[in-house]
Amino acid sequence: MSKRHLLALYGNFDEAEAVVKELRSAQIKGFDVNDDMIVKSPIEHPEVEAFLGDKPVYVQWFTLVGALMGGLFGFFLISGAQANFYMQMKGGKPIVPFPPNFILTYEMFILGGVFITILGFLVCAGLPAKRSSLYSTKVSIDNIAILVEAEEAAISALKAIFTKHKALEIQEEAGK
Amino acid sequence: MKDIREDIAWAKINQDVMKSLENPRKLYWVILFFALMAFGFGVGCEIYQYQTGMGVENVNNPQVWGLYIATFIFWIGMSHSGTLLSAILHLMHADWRKPIYRFAEAMTTFSLMTAGLFVMVHIGRLWQFYYSLPYPNERGIWPNFQSPLLWDAMAIFTYLSSSVLFLFVGMIPDLAIVRDTMHPGWRKKLYTLLALGWEGTDRQWRNFRVTYLTIACFLIPLAVSVHSIVASDFGMSQQPGWHVTSFPPYFVAGALYSGCAAIITLFIILRYVFKFEEYMTKPILKKIVRLTFAIAMVWTYLNAVEFASVWYSHDQVSKDVLIQKATGTYAPFWWGMIFCGSVVPLVFAFKRFQTNIPVLFAVSLLLNLGMWLERWMIVAPTFAHGYYPWTWDNDQWPSMVAWGLVFASFGWFTLLFMIFCKVFPSVSMYEVKEMVYHRSLHLKKNETAEQGAH
Repeated sequence: MSKRHLLALYGNFDEAEAVVKELRSAQIKGFDVNDDMIVKSPIEHPEVEAFLGDKPVYVQWFTLVGALMGGLFGFFLISGAQANFYMQMKGGKPIVPFPPNFILTYEMFILGGVFITILGFLVCAGLPAKRSSLYSTKVSIDNIAILVEAEEAAISALKAIFTKHKALEIQEEAGK
Repeated sequence: MKDIREDIAWAKINQDVMKSLENPRKLYWVILFFALMAFGFGVGCEIYQYQTGMGVENVNNPQVWGLYIATFIFWIGMSHSGTLLSAILHLMHADWRKPIYRFAEAMTTFSLMTAGLFVMVHIGRLWQFYYSLPYPNERGIWPNFQSPLLWDAMAIFTYLSSSVLFLFVGMIPDLAIVRDTMHPGWRKKLYTLLALGWEGTDRQWRNFRVTYLTIACFLIPLAVSVHSIVASDFGMSQQPGWHVTSFPPYFVAGALYSGCAAIITLFIILRYVFKFEEYMTKPILKKIVRLTFAIAMVWTYLNAVEFASVWYSHDQVSKDVLIQKATGTYAPFWWGMIFCGSVVPLVFAFKRFQTNIPVLFAVSLLLNLGMWLERWMIVAPTFAHGYYPWTWDNDQWPSMVAWGLVFASFGWFTLLFMIFCKVFPSVSMYEVKEMVYHRSLHLKKNETAEQGAH
């Protein structure tokens, strides 16, 4: 069944919140409020999570893996290089000295952590991305946008809810 | 004193910041012109030094490190302000940092780029710079991983790349705003590319928040480690006057201090040049001034600790170096450092000067002069009075070429910084909106509570 997109713009956060609440309680067939709705906002609203529900963030796992990989890579690169001096006279000093190696390991730990966190951010946030066709530049100013994807049959009910809450603008497009 | 208004329209925030990308005051072009001239002069000096040899820097045994290393430390120190404002204050939920942290972050990036140049200028043989990198090679020769100089190279690389990424990530939502507002042309294409298709979806914001916080958490220990390692370049050697345990915290405090002083200078310049009076407000300036004052006192205390450590140690040569600093050839500069670094900031203790822009501008320049002198006074006097008697009284005065390159570094930094502020939004639009939003919510809550009480 073909799906269509609808985008409604609201001037303030309270109105958008009221719409989401109604969409949640309306239980429209052909529209899943958890999977088919995206809220776009000009700032990071802490309240969005409150009404959309907790959604997992996986960036910190990338961070953990990146930092560990960076640290391990750093330590083994240095130690491997120092092991080249095995045949040389070290005068009783350790071939792989831990205290000085710790410093470079620490730097590589951070470097790996930062780089892979950025990678994780791009993957988890779906960036870089082509801008969706239903996008309003007003979101860059002060509007809150609610983008929904729903089956043809659900569109009129969704539109009615948007209109009821006095959407500033409603854009619609046929889905693929 | 007017702070940022809670009822300011968000569209106006966008417009005001967008104007800075198009119509700065004429002073902008004057600054850019002088910065270009200074940079050009430095390029000339470097070409001369490159073709003639390092002798033109006027360093010779025992003075193996000169003005270049002193200035290198100065620029590394300057970079710490961005981390302080962006990362530390971000974790402390200090919302007043929001209108000013972007330019502080840019300052970090460009300071590090300037500092990196001095390492190359100092080694002279630029074409062999890659020797410092740890790469596999057929002779099995590696850099000395136990040397603080290599740690330094690695730490600065990590700090520079992390700072650039931090700056970029924090700017993505603003780049999307500029992309949506800018007229078609090369700039719109640039912003479209850099905005990565940001639309402000809940998924993007959620991941953005965690990423920004995570990198901030990494940056704080990183910044501390960078300047501790720079301090180790000195502290881990056996040179008199350098082998002091308190060097790492002393260097970190000095770095934060010079960074804060530079923030005051640039705050005042940007506020005027880009007409940011409504966002870079006097209450914010007052907070930075108070922060700088606190750090100045920490630096003064650590200075005293350093002198006391040397004075009460049993190392006579180190003690002689300290006496030489206070009474020898370098005494005017050493006392100048004490005056600019410890006495001048006392001006900040007076309330009426905490928002007096001409006074603050002059004081911030003096503080940075003091902090530059501090670095020079770490490097030069020790070489002029080492353990061997032949090194005694080998005072060194930098050549015109060395002064020229130091002067040029300010031009290079200013050039990069001013171009950045003209091309990219130097005030974070989305964070100013957040600040305004949260403040208005807070006001509403208070009003409701008051009404309830009545």
